[in-house]
Amino acid sequence: MNTNFMTIIHPILPEMAMAVLACVVLILELVIHKKETIGVLTILSVAVVSYFIPRSYGEAFNAMFVADGYGTFFKFIFLINLILAVLLSVRYLKIERSEFGEYYSLMMFSTLGMMIMASATDLILLYLGLELMALSTYILSGFIRHDRRSNEAALKYFLLGAFSSAILLYGITMIYALTGTTNIIAITKALRGGASAGLILAIVFFVVSFGFKIALAPFHMWTPDVYEGAPTSITAFMSVGPKAAGFAALARVFAMGLVNFRADWQLILIALSILTMAVGNIIAIQQTNIKRMLAYSSIAHAGYAIIGLIAGGPEGISAMMNYLLIYAFMNIGAFSVVIMMRSEDFRGEELADYKGLAKAHPLAAALMLVFMFSLTGIPPTGGFIGKFYLFKAAVNAGLTWLAVVAVIFSVISAYFYLRVVMYMYMYEGEDTEVVLAPSAPLGLALLITTIMVIVLGIFPSPFIAFARMAIG
Amino acid sequence: MNNIGYPILSTVIFLPIVGGLFMLLIARRQEGMIKWAALLISLLTFLLSLPLFTEFDKTTHKMQFVEQKQWIPEWGIQYYLGVDGISVLFVLLSALITILCVLISWNSIKEKVKEFYVALLLIEGAMIGVFCSLDFFLFYIFWEAMLIPMYLIIGVWGGPRRVYAAIKFFLYTLIGSVLMLVGIIVLYMKGGTFNILELSRLSLPISLQYWLFWAFFAAFAVKVPMFPVHTWLPDAHTEAPTAGSVILAAILIKMGAYGFLRFSLPLFPDAAKAMTPFMLGLSVVAIIYGGIVCLAQTDLKRLIAYSSVSHMGFVTLGIFALNAQGVEGGILQMINHGIVTGALFLCVGIVYDRTHSREIADYGGLATVMPVYAGFFMLFALASIGLPGLNGFIGEFLIILGGFKAKKLAGVLAATGIIISAGYMLWLYQRIFFNELNEKIANIEAMTAREFITLAALAVFVFWIGIYPNSFLGFMHVSVQHLLDRVSLGPTETVVAIKTVSGGL
Repeated sequence: MNTNFMTIIHPILPEMAMAVLACVVLILELVIHKKETIGVLTILSVAVVSYFIPRSYGEAFNAMFVADGYGTFFKFIFLINLILAVLLSVRYLKIERSEFGEYYSLMMFSTLGMMIMASATDLILLYLGLELMALSTYILSGFIRHDRRSNEAALKYFLLGAFSSAILLYGITMIYALTGTTNIIAITKALRGGASAGLILAIVFFVVSFGFKIALAPFHMWTPDVYEGAPTSITAFMSVGPKAAGFAALARVFAMGLVNFRADWQLILIALSILTMAVGNIIAIQQTNIKRMLAYSSIAHAGYAIIGLIAGGPEGISAMMNYLLIYAFMNIGAFSVVIMMRSEDFRGEELADYKGLAKAHPLAAALMLVFMFSLTGIPPTGGFIGKFYLFKAAVNAGLTWLAVVAVIFSVISAYFYLRVVMYMYMYEGEDTEVVLAPSAPLGLALLITTIMVIVLGIFPSPFIAFARMAIG
Repeated sequence: MNNIGYPILSTVIFLPIVGGLFMLLIARRQEGMIKWAALLISLLTFLLSLPLFTEFDKTTHKMQFVEQKQWIPEWGIQYYLGVDGISVLFVLLSALITILCVLISWNSIKEKVKEFYVALLLIEGAMIGVFCSLDFFLFYIFWEAMLIPMYLIIGVWGGPRRVYAAIKFFLYTLIGSVLMLVGIIVLYMKGGTFNILELSRLSLPISLQYWLFWAFFAAFAVKVPMFPVHTWLPDAHTEAPTAGSVILAAILIKMGAYGFLRFSLPLFPDAAKAMTPFMLGLSVVAIIYGGIVCLAQTDLKRLIAYSSVSHMGFVTLGIFALNAQGVEGGILQMINHGIVTGALFLCVGIVYDRTHSREIADYGGLATVMPVYAGFFMLFALASIGLPGLNGFIGEFLIILGGFKAKKLAGVLAATGIIISAGYMLWLYQRIFFNELNEKIANIEAMTAREFITLAALAVFVFWIGIYPNSFLGFMHVSVQHLLDRVSLGPTETVVAIKTVSGGL
């Protein structure tokens, strides 16, 4: 019994650890009043969870759950995302006067949901993970209770999110009706021959619901409002974690379960990818609020990353994974600077607030410069390596024209990313100098992200190898 | 590797980059120390690059001073450096020009001094990297990385419309580069390697050659800049600080022409041959159009910027003449243009520091106030026109000769460009240095020793190349011949012709 039980739960040890630790953190919050300690505990929990990750391989629960390289890679991203988001939050929550302890445990639960999504090989389990992730994020985005924008964000996110979840359930129902199973591997075997109308419908449902999570146009409408209204630390958290989780699930369903119908979903995704890059990059140009701008930028990046899935094959999927990893560092890095701009009596969210930053705070400006160039995809930063890998996969799959479209959009994106640089370096600031709100954890987050963006740009080899190995 | 005792190419690439990054540690207030450190680093880089000149083996077309290491084995990317007769001179030119840029900026950069010199050194490393890279990926990294500091130099330390000029420069160059990036990836898919030398041996189907030729054309034509996509150049040149203009004119725009030579010709020989009439046509248009536009300029820097368009037209004309005279003339003219136009921008910078005006109308009678300066300016103006005995003549003569052989009409039309250039240059000289003395400039101080050294260094080369061009052409003969063999056009008569040209002087 004992050994049998152990073999069953072995693959899900990290998830179990995360669940238990999230509960522990939740309870400890009642007794510990110094919220920094909770933050530290959260990071320690991540350490425990990551201890279990390499030790958990194999399937569990009748192949509903699998701990494979693919899932591991994504869990790696989620945990990095969690750590960085915690580092970003410590001082920021104080400034926003929103230091409630559930904050950290909610982030942990959300991350747990993502981890389940990345490893789920059954649509029902996948749905559970997705809901756990989404519900926690809804609450987190409304965390600044006294701010109407934050409330609006949470409500909007929740309503639209509920819709998309329902649509996902429709899709799952369709698949179940067609195949009699919800297991992704069994689906592959059960679906033979051409695509029926029902299957096409199911594919459309999946695209819509996952498209919502990863903010593909035209399902991106919520993104700017939610990103703007949510606490900035949560915006950073959401722009990476749930997005990567959405990609993880989408790619597993499409590239594993529905791989035989690649021609059908590929076309839809190509159209959405181009639309997403266009919407994200073009609308970002006219934003004056940096959080909204980064929201559109994050939409655009989903448009790039999906190219990996479109290209398909081990090459394409690992390009997508690699891109999401790099994106995590550069995007959270950019948000770290945005958070640093927020001090007790200064919001610092307008682009105009960045005027003259290079003179007042040269280091902060220089770091922002690195992240902006990385998001544009200029070497020698990680952003370039990520894009290069994606374009390479696209060309490899015979989609050279799509790569051309993507590079042209990344030139357009240069315009609004450089505008931040322009404000920082080329304009003089107001008379009143911007006061930054630095803190040790934030500094650590900036250090990690900057180093990773540069290292990934110059020595990407180990990470590429990791992504390839994860695909197997 | 080589018998110099240190990996010379890596050293000259990374000494400025690493040195520049270390300069970030110097305290902001210690401006003097920052300047001296920058000068020291750039001087050291130049000294360490000198063995390239002395130890270069002129008898082989093979890459020399080669360094080859694995870099990203997953994609078959190597850290692969080397120079041949086509690229070696540009490395030296870059190292030399950077020193002058440091010197000329000594007093004119007053804000964010540290960032300026760091950016300058980063550009130097990246520029040299572009000329040395033998791996496409590595090449692209340097090619693009250069944009960041250049963008900042124009946008932060430039003139009144600097922000506009900087973003225009950035977007124009980026759109060309990314199309080339896709081209590079397609090449990789065909050849299975990023190694430029191996890819140069590939024979690609002609239709693919056309596509790739255009993809690369987008990158190089913008950089050169060739006629319809040249509009970023006047803005960038005009608004950039002196050092920025000099780097742009002397090195950066050479990379486009270098790209044609290093990549477009050997990789897509058939497409290149087929495109010759078109490219010659664009070159001639650039020569004449650029020259005529110069006549209408009222802004000193803008005039020199447009003269660059015209001169770079000569360079592309020479390259796409696809014979030894043309190509060698093109390469030499790139060096010449780097020296002469760089010097002219330095000259403009010297008076701009004093008057803060670029309007030609604000000057007049300057020769009485700054006689030595007037002498230098005359020398460089004449070199720019192509007076025999000065460097410009050699390059332009070879190019016109090559152009004439390739297409008579092109040669004839290009020659009219020289006449136009004499027109605008001498007229400019007259308006600035002669005429009535403009009272606004009556009291400006004479040249300082620092400025004198800067100009004198370039004046040496004006004479050197003008009088004994073979000490530079000698580097190219074998490599150019090899290149033309690849493009498979009559290579035999060429060396003789060049010997007669240079010998006859």
